[in-house]
Amino acid sequence: MMIDQATWQEAAADLASGASVFVALWAEPAGDDCVVHLAGRPRGSGDVGVLSLMAHDRHFPSIALYHPGAILMERALCDLHGLIADDTPDPRAWLDHTAAYAFKPAIGPGIHQIPVGPVHAGIIEPGHFRFSVNGETIVRLEARLGYAHKGTIGLMRGQTIGHAAKLAGRISGDSTVAYAYAFACAVERALGIVVPPRAAALRGIMAELERLANHFGDIGAICNDGGFPLMNALTAALRERVLRLSATCFGHRLMMDRIIPGGVETDLTEAAAALIRTTLADLLTQWGRLSELYEKTASLQDRMVTSGRLDPAIARRLGCGGYVGRASGQDFDARRDAPYQPYDTCRFTVPGVSAGDVDARIQIRMTELDQSISLIRDLLATLPTGPLRAALPDTPITTGHALVEGFRGDIFAHVRLRDGFVEAAMLRDPSWFFWPALETAIEGNIVADFPLCNKSFNPSYSGCDL
Amino acid sequence: MRRTLIESLFRGKLTEPAPRVGEAEPMALLTELGEIARGRLGRSLAIRELDAGSCNGCELEITALGNAFHDLERFGLKFVASPRHADVLMITGPLTRNMLEAMRSTYEAMAAPKFVIAVGDCACTGGVFAESPACIGAAAQILDVDLRIPGCPPDPVTLLKGLIGFANALASAPTHRSTQS
Repeated sequence: MMIDQATWQEAAADLASGASVFVALWAEPAGDDCVVHLAGRPRGSGDVGVLSLMAHDRHFPSIALYHPGAILMERALCDLHGLIADDTPDPRAWLDHTAAYAFKPAIGPGIHQIPVGPVHAGIIEPGHFRFSVNGETIVRLEARLGYAHKGTIGLMRGQTIGHAAKLAGRISGDSTVAYAYAFACAVERALGIVVPPRAAALRGIMAELERLANHFGDIGAICNDGGFPLMNALTAALRERVLRLSATCFGHRLMMDRIIPGGVETDLTEAAAALIRTTLADLLTQWGRLSELYEKTASLQDRMVTSGRLDPAIARRLGCGGYVGRASGQDFDARRDAPYQPYDTCRFTVPGVSAGDVDARIQIRMTELDQSISLIRDLLATLPTGPLRAALPDTPITTGHALVEGFRGDIFAHVRLRDGFVEAAMLRDPSWFFWPALETAIEGNIVADFPLCNKSFNPSYSGCDL
Repeated sequence: MRRTLIESLFRGKLTEPAPRVGEAEPMALLTELGEIARGRLGRSLAIRELDAGSCNGCELEITALGNAFHDLERFGLKFVASPRHADVLMITGPLTRNMLEAMRSTYEAMAAPKFVIAVGDCACTGGVFAESPACIGAAAQILDVDLRIPGCPPDPVTLLKGLIGFANALASAPTHRSTQS
């Protein structure tokens, strides 16, 4: 909806007061000018609304001035479109790395800086961390990203819906199912179509398999960073079994390009469904032992409990979703609060704690693992028969958006379509709010606990760099 | 803890036999390999992984090389933290402009003899990002690439075949080529 500056300011005030939750901020060219879009939702609801403001002479009133959680997105869109956010608290370039970069200072006796990255010691994504430390203690962390910037959103413009879906599935590879899902839902809402029930159920199964694989892998990796590689060795084997199961059932280990606008690409045979049932039963038994191992290893608990605590007030202010939000008292899950097929007819509970530390984030993920397994079982037990795809009608301009719960949290997708092509799109990763949350949670922790804390948030780099 | 350890002792191992590496796979890359490389490295390769802007899909599968099913290190292949310790630079992603300098510095920090392996469609050709103004594309546009392992992402067995083939090729590189290189 096109609005004027006064309404824009009112929306910003609602974000500042906490009445509404920030979802996304992005822009697109419109002739010589630019249109800036702001997506938000009322607190406690998944009903996202989008406001659009014409930025005359490439100026628009800063949202970040009222809502600090929008700083990174505002910086990114200014780089991409040459826009100026008036009175922004942070005008530094973000995706544009051509100019010199001034990190935020930390001043005091004995404080020094540790630069890390963009190339890290392990097999992870590129990003730079600047630690200001006093002895072993981190006084300030600033993450500088943009190294994985591929111009993905720009590449989607003007493409066929099918090709744009492929790009959406490559915004963050670990969430490829969730991204394809979110993009497909946005397209389907724009076109006013409903996918066949069997396709919807298969989507749910794939999304929960993706959640399982990531939670298994990450829980082990967090323990590994806490000096307990045994857990990692054991959960990595569980993750591998989920990936192999996915490859057998859906033809790709990460299930890339299996969800397409209109439905799904691959069917699930009876034999494959039976294999999922038996594998899940076995995984559940093994996982039970491992969760006990986690709870009963005192040296591991010593590293996890109280480390990297995210204050629930900050989680609320930033609008953190997923396991990060739910471990810091934020009760939101797009599957429940912005219901979409097949979850609108599924029974599950959304776990929540408020300790906010590394352990709390692991606890949330451990509960979600059990929930995912039972969701898959329920979906298999009620798997409808029928077609896998609905035809996509060619329509003049239509827009649609969707919130889909990936393993990290809610992914927002917005599309504008014209005659089977994508005119504009936006996909917002949950990690946009994890990065600033991590920066605050790490304060007062020791440098040696950073990998552990970082992995417990596990923000995506590629997902934000876009 | 005790129960987990005891169970692990008796459960038997998950590790699978090495994948068969076909004759054709040890490849054309031999042309550049020399006696010095062979003498110094034998069958052992230290790999520095470098994400040049991937979607992280390749990283997931490269990480899976280390799990109990694939157990990469039994083949003498090892991921190292520093480029100073590395024989191989393994590149993923469509080489974003923002990673160009970091990639060059990483390569320059490695001691010779050194090799470059491009993993995944993006590092091999630019993949779906080839047309992006934010990306340079294939790693070969900047560095000499010795081996390409395509896929989106390549699965761990495909990665293993490529890497074992590469190590084999290195170990059996004909001596006469060395004097020319």
